[in-house]
Amino acid sequence: MALLDTITRGDKAKQHRPWPRAIVTDAGWQQAIGLLAKGRCTLLGLWGDAPFVHMALLADTFDDIAVLSWRCKDGKYPSVGVYHPPAIRLERAIRDLFGLEAIGAPDTRTWLDLGFWGVRHPLGKSIPARKPGPYQFLPTEGEGLHQIAVGPVHAGIIEPGHFRFTANGEHVVRLEQRLGYVHKGIESLLRGATLDAAAKLAARTSGDSTVAYAFAFAHAVEAALHVKAPPRAIYLRALMAELERLANHFGDIGAICNDASFSLMYAQCGILRERTLRAAESCFGHRLMMDVIVPGGVARDIAPGGSAQVQALLAEVRKVFPRLIDLYDNTASLQDRTVATGILTPALARQFGAGGYVGRGSGRKFDARKMPGYAPYDDLKFEVPVLDAGDVNARVWVRIREVEQSLSLIDQILKRMPGGKLKVALKASGKTCEGLGLAEAFRGDVLVWLRLDSKGRIERCHLRDASWFQWPLLEAAIEGNIVADFPLCNKSFNCSYSGHDI
Amino acid sequence: MAVIRDFAFQGMQMLLVLLLAPLLTGFVRKVKARLLRRQGPPLIQPYLDLIRLTRKDVVLADNASWLFRVIPYFVFATTWIAASLVPTFRSGLMFSWSADLIAIIAVLGSARFFLALAGLDVGTSFGGIGSSREVMIASLAEPAMLMIVFTLALIAGSTQLSTMSAFMNSPEVGLRVSLGLGLVALIIVAIAENARIPVDNPATHLELTMVHEAMVLEYSGRHLALIELSAALKLLLYVSLIACLFVPWGISPATAEPKLLIVGVAAYAAKLAVGGILLAVFETAIAKMRVFRVPAFLGAALMLGLLATLLLFVSRSF
Repeated sequence: MALLDTITRGDKAKQHRPWPRAIVTDAGWQQAIGLLAKGRCTLLGLWGDAPFVHMALLADTFDDIAVLSWRCKDGKYPSVGVYHPPAIRLERAIRDLFGLEAIGAPDTRTWLDLGFWGVRHPLGKSIPARKPGPYQFLPTEGEGLHQIAVGPVHAGIIEPGHFRFTANGEHVVRLEQRLGYVHKGIESLLRGATLDAAAKLAARTSGDSTVAYAFAFAHAVEAALHVKAPPRAIYLRALMAELERLANHFGDIGAICNDASFSLMYAQCGILRERTLRAAESCFGHRLMMDVIVPGGVARDIAPGGSAQVQALLAEVRKVFPRLIDLYDNTASLQDRTVATGILTPALARQFGAGGYVGRGSGRKFDARKMPGYAPYDDLKFEVPVLDAGDVNARVWVRIREVEQSLSLIDQILKRMPGGKLKVALKASGKTCEGLGLAEAFRGDVLVWLRLDSKGRIERCHLRDASWFQWPLLEAAIEGNIVADFPLCNKSFNCSYSGHDI
Repeated sequence: MAVIRDFAFQGMQMLLVLLLAPLLTGFVRKVKARLLRRQGPPLIQPYLDLIRLTRKDVVLADNASWLFRVIPYFVFATTWIAASLVPTFRSGLMFSWSADLIAIIAVLGSARFFLALAGLDVGTSFGGIGSSREVMIASLAEPAMLMIVFTLALIAGSTQLSTMSAFMNSPEVGLRVSLGLGLVALIIVAIAENARIPVDNPATHLELTMVHEAMVLEYSGRHLALIELSAALKLLLYVSLIACLFVPWGISPATAEPKLLIVGVAAYAAKLAVGGILLAVFETAIAKMRVFRVPAFLGAALMLGLLATLLLFVSRSF
């Protein structure tokens, strides 16, 4: 039985693809919250679309998705977060962006709005900003506790975010994050944008996952307009997505080791990452392959000889990477740092629906490429590596295994690369239509939901990074660890600031 | 005439350590960079950094006390004195009577004590973390160092460095297990004292993992230049100390002809280079340990020192 049919609902939205959306009343909304709280399905997203609030659910078999919509009266809706904690930050973000209040919400502090915007509720009925009061961090009580404030500006060249540690000597008692410093207003900019402009904006949500964002956005648009990209475009998209995954995983594996001051791995992985980016540049004219995936297909073909470049890259990686894995595995001092550090329990990973290496390092076997799946991955052979340990080491190993899978995927893609057109022309459908798209970025599933107007312009587009459900888990994983191990845990999660702050 | 010559040699030693210290730091960085297949900064980069820092304004926290401003000069002065007392190219220098190993440890200890105070002075959380970690490491490193000194003093019959160095260079010393244990223990202490990997990482940008760097995070301009120069001097001091005690060959004795100095200086340079390369290789091949593993690491040094002393007594009794 489809997920949506287990919930008391009103009519299905007529133009919502590929999964159904329905307006629900109190009964249906509470049923959904009950399912979430009991762990019978996973929260995939919760976003505002005044006067509606939409909630995307993923069945626990990972093969079905349903979107529920609640029509807010007086700008209020029943809180999901009160029974299902993963929704708390999403509800706070909805309030900051739309001014929609969650009734009974356990946390009513601002989240993305740090008081820099000049307006409040920019996506809803915007009102002039008032001077923000001091942010109340959660209280901690106990003898000998002290606070350490880190960021938002860090010593390294990384994105900004504030971390408030409460520590007892070296032991972390509580970590609280404060994010929102890289809010770019992408969802505001997207309103009324043409598809071309919107694709560019969506691809800039998080630079390290630009391919995945463009991929998910293209899925959503193509679903809404009910078109299919040509086969060659689909294979080229997958090639770029895997190259992006390779580059990021190389960078991450090296950077995690570097945070344990093992710079040898960092240097060697840096070389592999650079080779991957150079191959990407010579194939697609851009190191990060930005703006190559567009709704309807791809903007350009792989450069002549590009396939040989990628083959050469694969050959080098296959030669060097096993030696680096051996180095990682046989350096006792490094293993001492990564094993049993920052353990994330499988139960928490499941509850929060953690995607990517965070979830798969803690026993959650979810990969959007496999289930619910999308082309061309349904034709390709690959495995989803899963480990149960949940520590930094497990997250490193999931990355290592994924690199191996990506290498094999690229091989298959190059072998099967079909010929033909690169793009189909997109025509406005003449009526309002909605689409939902998923794509697996290197750090987890990216969800894009959008509604197009009759002229094919964006009415509302929501982008949800995997980091939304990973950041809170980092707070849990660091508890009981020592302060000095935080950089290591943080790097092993490598959550996106930009993708989260939107 | 002899007084002038003694003065000249002592002055030469003081200048030599001051000028060579940044070069040794630059050399270690260069070797590490080459091991990582990087070009690395030029050898003279530490000098350029020092010049750059002295030209910059000092940014002081509003609540910094006079102590915070005085401490860099104090730390620099004490570290320089300590480094000047360790025999490098020539032993029996003018002030070598004061070059007592215990005195040198005490001088360095007081420098660290004040630096830890400076870390606490401004009241930032990183300064506090740095100072607390530094003091934890120091409280373990100093007893280990004293055990090493006992061992060496018992063998050499003195704690005065020139005498110890001369004894180590003589055939009387022989091959002793205690010396081997002492050497290993001294290397461990030197790594901890100089905030090198695996105890601390001098190149990290991660505030939360820093020890020494967190403590001096609030310093800038000429104050920072002095702190950096002190750190470089301390590294040079420990390499020189290990060299003069365990590989004393080539140090020209006080009575030697002045032309033998060339040999002394060349031998010293070679020892520094070897020490720098070994340090760089070791640091590249190992990851930093957890903060709470450091006590075990330094405990090993203490135990080795203790064992060395015990073995000495056992072998004496026969």
